[in-house]
Amino acid sequence: MCSYIVERTAVIGSAKAAGTWTPITDAVVSVDHPSHATLDHALIVDFVHAGRPVSERVALELSVPSARELVACMQAALDAFVEGS
Amino acid sequence: MYQGMLAETVTIAGHGDEAIGAYLARPLGAGPFPGVLVIHHAPGWDGATKEIARRFAAEGYVAICPNLYHRFGPDLAPDDAAAAARAGGWISTEQFLGDAAGALRFLSSLPVSNGKSGSIGYCSGGRQSFLVACELPVDAAVDCYGAFVISTSPPELPFRMEPVIDRAPKISCPILGLFGAEDKNPSPDEVARIDAELTRLGKEHEFHTFENAGHGFFAVDRPMYRVEAAVQGWRLILDFYGRHLS
Repeated sequence: MCSYIVERTAVIGSAKAAGTWTPITDAVVSVDHPSHATLDHALIVDFVHAGRPVSERVALELSVPSARELVACMQAALDAFVEGS
Repeated sequence: MYQGMLAETVTIAGHGDEAIGAYLARPLGAGPFPGVLVIHHAPGWDGATKEIARRFAAEGYVAICPNLYHRFGPDLAPDDAAAAARAGGWISTEQFLGDAAGALRFLSSLPVSNGKSGSIGYCSGGRQSFLVACELPVDAAVDCYGAFVISTSPPELPFRMEPVIDRAPKISCPILGLFGAEDKNPSPDEVARIDAELTRLGKEHEFHTFENAGHGFFAVDRPMYRVEAAVQGWRLILDFYGRHLS
């Protein structure tokens, strides 16, 4: 289905695509039909910079199982990090 | 028999008389031809939807597909426009209906029009095709697995989808509904409830639910494609339009 599931969070950092780094301010996260990946549904993450054209965003389309694995992987990495180390 | 078509982008007057883009595909020849409003799905005014418009043109219909995301940027790539729509809270029902009405006016203004037009949409467009049947002057409407026709989106979602079944008393044309038995949204139970409500209201409709098919079985570019359901679905659509738009 077209789920209309959209979440958004502010982020601090940069993203790179097509050889160019871009500062980003927000991540827009949805689970819906992807535009490019040959999947029925995907976790779609748009890293955007508020005020910059949407065509300059850095986008991901991941299968739901692989996205769950990625989330767990990211969480494990963050958990292993000790602030100030 | 000579066959030919013209497919091109055009500019139409949409909601609030604002100029928006639309994709027009029509048979070559004097006509008259019936019209079809093709409503793109949430991923946008994309190649797959324009391919559907061309299929209708090949079948003898003038098909128009308005760019419902035009206001996010008229020249954006479909995936960029869809990203903008996600970030911007999609589009309002009022704006959609205004754009759809503009597309229907454009169809009826064409010299090759036979004066009749239908609507069709898939997924989110299926719900919107149902809305068109309720609110706009069409002669036939096709809802392909539209979700949130009779149900409300879960409360935890930030964007709330309201059901449109309460508008059903205003339906003024026959409706064809095509669904997958394995679909979870709309589920077979929801489809049965829509069916029952249209029957209760005395609205002409025919619903078909295909076994071994889930959501999106018409989508030739996705794993959800189901050839038997899609082929039979196209036959049902063309038969339905043939009876009501000729």
